[in-house]
Amino acid sequence: MYPILDTADLAPTIKKFVIHAPFIARKRKAGNFVMVRVEKHGERIPLTLAASDPERGTITLIVQAIGKTTKLLGTKVAGDSLLDVVGPLGTPTPIENHGLTVCIGGGVGTAELYPIARALKDAGNTVVSIVGARSRDLVILEAEMRECSHTLFVTTDDGTYGRKGFVTDQLQDILNGPEKVNAVYAIGPLPMMKAVCAVTRPSGTRTYVSLNTIMVDGTGMCGGCRVTVGGQMKFACVDGPEFDGHQVDFDELLMRNRTYTDMERIADERYHRCRLTGEMQKS
Amino acid sequence: MTRLNPLKPSERMKIKRQEASEQPPDVRATNFLEVSFGFDEERSIVEASRCLECKEPLCIDGCPVGIDIRSFIQALLARDFDGAVKKIREANYLPAICGRVCPQESQCESLCVLGKKFTPVAIGKLERFVADYESGHQLFQTPHIAERRKEKVAIVGSGPAGLTCAAELAQKGYGVTVFEALHALGGVLRYGIPEFRLPKEILDLETDRIRALGVEIYTNFVVGRTATVDELFDEWGFSAVFLATGAGTPTFMGIPGENFSGVYSANEFLTRVNLMGAYQFPENDTPVKIGKHVAVIGGGNTAMDAIRTSKRLGASDAYLIYRRSREEMPAREEEIHHAEQEGVKFVLLTNPVKILGSSTNWVTGIVCQKMALGEPDESGRRRPIPVEGSDYTIEVETVIEAIGQKPNPIVQATTPGLSTGKRGVVSVNDQQRTSRAGVFAGGDLARGGATVILAMRDGKRASQEIDAYLQDARTPVSTATPS
Repeated sequence: MYPILDTADLAPTIKKFVIHAPFIARKRKAGNFVMVRVEKHGERIPLTLAASDPERGTITLIVQAIGKTTKLLGTKVAGDSLLDVVGPLGTPTPIENHGLTVCIGGGVGTAELYPIARALKDAGNTVVSIVGARSRDLVILEAEMRECSHTLFVTTDDGTYGRKGFVTDQLQDILNGPEKVNAVYAIGPLPMMKAVCAVTRPSGTRTYVSLNTIMVDGTGMCGGCRVTVGGQMKFACVDGPEFDGHQVDFDELLMRNRTYTDMERIADERYHRCRLTGEMQKS
Repeated sequence: MTRLNPLKPSERMKIKRQEASEQPPDVRATNFLEVSFGFDEERSIVEASRCLECKEPLCIDGCPVGIDIRSFIQALLARDFDGAVKKIREANYLPAICGRVCPQESQCESLCVLGKKFTPVAIGKLERFVADYESGHQLFQTPHIAERRKEKVAIVGSGPAGLTCAAELAQKGYGVTVFEALHALGGVLRYGIPEFRLPKEILDLETDRIRALGVEIYTNFVVGRTATVDELFDEWGFSAVFLATGAGTPTFMGIPGENFSGVYSANEFLTRVNLMGAYQFPENDTPVKIGKHVAVIGGGNTAMDAIRTSKRLGASDAYLIYRRSREEMPAREEEIHHAEQEGVKFVLLTNPVKILGSSTNWVTGIVCQKMALGEPDESGRRRPIPVEGSDYTIEVETVIEAIGQKPNPIVQATTPGLSTGKRGVVSVNDQQRTSRAGVFAGGDLARGGATVILAMRDGKRASQEIDAYLQDARTPVSTATPS
């Protein structure tokens, strides 16, 4: 069991968890993820590690409640435990000194971007960050991102905060600017990463993306996470999750990720029903 | 050795080989309960009485772990079931499992003298009977553990090789820690072999018995990621490491269309069903999708497990596509037979060349090419040769590839100086030693893909070699007491 020591609500539906997992905390590097099973009968889901504290033996996860498992996770509070947490998995993000580097986080992807931006700054890069969200209340980690960026831009789809528009609008302006951008790191929903790659492709700017795929074990056993990168089959869990975005077949991955949409809905509805009846029984 | 059997050899030969009762094919193809009920007591006695009690029993040579088959059968015949299972346990830690999944027909039973003119003694079913009798009557006793030694040994992976090695070393008094990447123990016995062939209850019982030996267990621990092999030595203080991470990485054919939704590796499909319990969705959260028409590619035991599982999940037409003929199939005869009985359609001498999909990325069919058999290849089996212009399409919504696995690369990639051969298989000598001092390996990791019993043999041999290695490493003035 992996005890939850602390939680914090970062935005509606987005929650931070500090979890006791000393072995993982010691070894975590930017870009690593863990597989989590919340309770018995549960599925294993991949979650990117936002931070770790080797001395306290803790890891930090930032999770948006979307489906059954993440919603169930969202009900957990300090003092509860997670049944299984395994990691750190995946190949850590390659951190180099590129010079001017743009870091782009979309939605909860900002939580995954944060440790990478921090490592890039520590490695001597000039980090310009763009944090995007649908609306003001979904902007997370603004202070943290500001602290590890030389410049930070915020965009919201509805214009309630920062620039109205998408992260790609801001990125295009930066690319059009006088200084040459040498690398872009983009983490967020697949359509956002695909759009970022479309913007950086004409200039050939090196673009790293972190792919979220279907996964069962997270250690290279199932092949459910396979993606086509540069015409080759790659496993996101061991070869990635980060890849050269210009080589990724996003359309295929977007469709693959819809494989279980209907069953995910069944699980989600069932969960809501159970919670409802559970609460009715309590009252 | 006194003979207990009052029957003359000629009389024994006249007794028909006993058959175990099974769930009827049409019933079992709709459930995940065990197919075979095994022998009952009387049937096992009749079967045991067929044994000729050879002076030099050849069957034992056919057993990779050298079970004293004649003695256990004699004990069984004397209705000393406890003695029979203890005899097996001298050589084999997991009799209830081996009695179910070993390919006896190509091992012990293939050498049984009775098989030359008649049919061999059903050694596997007898092994299963006494093992089940032992648990049914609570006869199991935790074996004696030798005086505690100071050295600790790390076992990486909890499949048949790892569990066997752990049990042996724990009995010799070593501090043993098993590291398992998944959340449950058993390796391929857990994620690979379906419930209807090996009930998880049996695996749980066996792993509990190994825990009872004082073996320390870490699940959710990926050696190479959570800690490296070097860290196990330097920081955790282990004196030796046994690598037994199996062959868990799926291979794909490399044909067009493999990334359509509805295409699974057998590993993913079976892991969803067996480890995650997807056959009980939505009681269990993990989903699995199976169409009415399913194609499984391959001819091994994994292919049989996948296709029979797909039947149980509701496939009406289950096609097993194999590029050679039935004779060349590597699967156990019993599995092939069971699959046939359950209505699996065998599409032999056929090789898939392309998977077809819809605009929404879902599988719609599989294009196959017919094959003819040519000259034998390096495996001794006749090489399949494509027949030009023979392409045709089978309409399916699900394709499961069961064309073989290779070792998971994580340990090899994170252990400097560990030599590997073809497909990432870890190189070992006949003492299970790797190129790294104190690091041993066995099972599918060192074989590429073999059987449960060969993995167990490796685990057992590794335990002996690790014991010898640690004894050598001890200083002559050591106070540790060798057993």
